[in-house]
Amino acid sequence: MTREEVKIILTLFFSAAFLRKKRAVLTIAAIAWGTVAILLLLAFGEGLQNRLLTARKGMGENISVVWPGQTSEAYKGLKEGKQIIFRVDDIAFLRERLPEFEGIVGEMTNWGTTLSYGKKTITAFVTGANWQYGDIRNQIPDKGGRFINPQDEEERKRVIFIGYERAEELFGKEDPVGKEVLLNGTPYTVIGILKKKLQMGNYSGPDSYRSVIPLSTFVSQYGRQELDNLVLKVGDPKTMEGGLVRLKQTLGGKCGFNPEDTKALHIWDTVNSSKYMVNFTRGLNIFLGIIGVLTLLVGGTGIANIMYAVVKEKTKEIGILMAIGARSRWITLPFMLQSLFYTLLGGAFGLLISSAIIFVISLIPTEGNEAIEFLGKPTLSVPIGIFTALVLGAIGLLAGHFPAKRAAQIEPAETLRYE
Amino acid sequence: MNIPFFRKKNNGGDGNGIAISMDNITKVYDTGKIKVDALKGIDLSVKNGEFVAIVGPSGSGKSTLMNIIGCLDKSTDGKYELSGELVSGFDKERLADIRNRKIGFVFQNFNLLPQITALDNIEMPMIFGRVPSSERKQKARELLAKMGLSDKEAAKPTELSGGQTQRVAIARALAMDPKVLLADEPTGNLDSTSGSDILSVFSELNDQGSTIIVVTHDMALARRANRIIEIRDGRIVSDQKTN
Repeated sequence: MTREEVKIILTLFFSAAFLRKKRAVLTIAAIAWGTVAILLLLAFGEGLQNRLLTARKGMGENISVVWPGQTSEAYKGLKEGKQIIFRVDDIAFLRERLPEFEGIVGEMTNWGTTLSYGKKTITAFVTGANWQYGDIRNQIPDKGGRFINPQDEEERKRVIFIGYERAEELFGKEDPVGKEVLLNGTPYTVIGILKKKLQMGNYSGPDSYRSVIPLSTFVSQYGRQELDNLVLKVGDPKTMEGGLVRLKQTLGGKCGFNPEDTKALHIWDTVNSSKYMVNFTRGLNIFLGIIGVLTLLVGGTGIANIMYAVVKEKTKEIGILMAIGARSRWITLPFMLQSLFYTLLGGAFGLLISSAIIFVISLIPTEGNEAIEFLGKPTLSVPIGIFTALVLGAIGLLAGHFPAKRAAQIEPAETLRYE
Repeated sequence: MNIPFFRKKNNGGDGNGIAISMDNITKVYDTGKIKVDALKGIDLSVKNGEFVAIVGPSGSGKSTLMNIIGCLDKSTDGKYELSGELVSGFDKERLADIRNRKIGFVFQNFNLLPQITALDNIEMPMIFGRVPSSERKQKARELLAKMGLSDKEAAKPTELSGGQTQRVAIARALAMDPKVLLADEPTGNLDSTSGSDILSVFSELNDQGSTIIVVTHDMALARRANRIIEIRDGRIVSDQKTN
C-alpha cells in the first residue's frame, strides 16, 4: 500500500461522511464496561495469586517438613509397626550425608507450657529449634529484635523468640525485647518478636502463637532427645524430589525401614503443594479471563452492530465513492479503523475506570478485615494490560471485518440509480 | 462483424480520437432460474467531442449499457475500449481507477455526499486520483466558479436547490478531466427551469470539447445532442445525427 493510499484511507476515516457519533457513545460505553470487567477480574485474580504466594512463603520457601511414622512392612528382620524415632544426633548425621539440602533443622515442641510476665500468665506452646530455623522457617524478627543465633544454641542460653500474637497478650503495648519472662517458672530473656507475616498452612499452630527457644536449651530444660520433626530446605525447588528420595534412603538405613515404605515417614513437601497452588491460581485466572473476554465480546457485538448499521445507512454513499473511483480497500479500511478506534477508545476509558476503582479499593484498610485481607490487593500488571489490549484489538478488528466486507460487496450500479 | 480499425494498436492514449468503442457487447443477467439477455450485441463508436443521447423505453437495456460504458458493470461478452484502453477484462480495482480517471458521472438523483460541503464533494474524486491537496482545492474552486456557484463553496448539498446540486455534481464529474461525461437522466429530478439550465451547461461543455453521453427519456434534452441512439430490447435500433 502506498503512502498516498494510506492518506486516502485516513482522509475517509476522518471525513464526517463515515462517523456516527451518537450511537458510538453507547457502544464505546459497552466496550468500556467490558474492559472494566476483564481488568478487574484479572486484577483480583492477580492480587489473590500474589497473596497466596506470599502467604505460602510465610512458612518458608522450598521446604519440606518430615515427621516420623510407623513402618507398614517388615524390614531386615524388624517387624512391621515399628515406631520411627528422630533423635537430636540425627540432625548432624543428615547434614553430613545430604549436602543437597541447604539447611536441615530439628524441632521439638511442648504444648501447655506457661509463659509469665509480671503478674500475667498465659498458656503457650514452645518450640526448641536450631538457630538456622529462623531463615528456613521465615521467622523474621521485628525491629529491635533478633532470632536465636549460633552462640545461643552452643551455650544453651535461655533466650526466647515470641510470636507476635502471644507477645501482644503478654506485653500489650510494652516493648518485650530484653525483658525477662518465665517459661514454666524458668527465667528467659526475650530476644525478639516475630514480625507480622501472612502465613497460609502451618503445623502445630501458626507461628504468630509460637515461641522458639534454642534446641540445646530445650533438651536440657525438658530432658528430651526425641525430635518431633525435621525441616529441610533446598536452594533450587527442582532438587526437592530427589533430595527427599535420598533422605528416605539415608534415614531408612539408619532407623531401619524400607525407603519405599510410605508410612515410615510423613512428608509435607511444600514445593509440590505450591505447584498445585500455582496451577490452581493459573486456572482461576484463565477462568476469570474467559469471563472477561465474554463480557467484552458483548461490547464487540455492539460495535459490529453499529458498523452494520452504518454500512446499511451509508450504502448509497459507499456506492457513490466507488463510482467516483474508490477502491474497495479504501472503503473497508476506514471501517476497520473506525471499529478499532471505537474499541480502543472504549478500552482506554475502561482502563481509566478500572484504575480508579483499584485505587479506591487500595484505600480501604485491610487490617482486621480478614476477607479483604485474604483476597489481597487487586493488581494491574503489564501482562494483564497486554492481554487486554490484544483482546480489545482482536475484537475491534473482528467487529469491523464483517461489516467492512459487506460494504466492499456493495454494487455501485445497483445503489446509485434508485432512491 | 465490424472490427474497429484502431484495435490492432493500443496507443494507451486517447484512442485516435475515439472515446468509446464497443464491439458486440452482450450482457446476460443470470439469476439461476432465468436468464435475461439485457444487451444482445451492441456495436458502438463514439468520437471525442461528440454529444450523444441514448434513448429508449424502460427495460430496453439502456441503463445496462450506461453501466457498462461507465465501467460500473462488466459485459458478459464482447470488447470495450475506453479512449484506447481495453477495459472489458479489467478487475474490480482497475475498473475503479478507470472510473476515477476517465469517467465523470452525473446522476438523476445527484448522488452527492450529504455530510460534506460542495467543495469537499468536488474534491473527493481528486483525493482518489491522488491530486495534491493545494491543487485539489484550486481545481474545485475553479469548477465551482465555472458552474456559477463560487458563493456556495461551504454549503452542504441539503442547503442547495436541485439545479445548484446538479451543477455541483457536474463540477465533481469534471474534476478529474474525464474522457467521457456520462449523465443518467440528469434533468429527471429537476423542474423545467432548472432542467433547461442544466441542458445549457451540457451544451456549453460540449462546445468546449467535452464528450458527453446522456441517457434520457427527455426529448428536449435528447434534441440538444448531436447524435441520438435508440435502444430497444437490448439492441441499437436507430443511430441518427441531429443537425
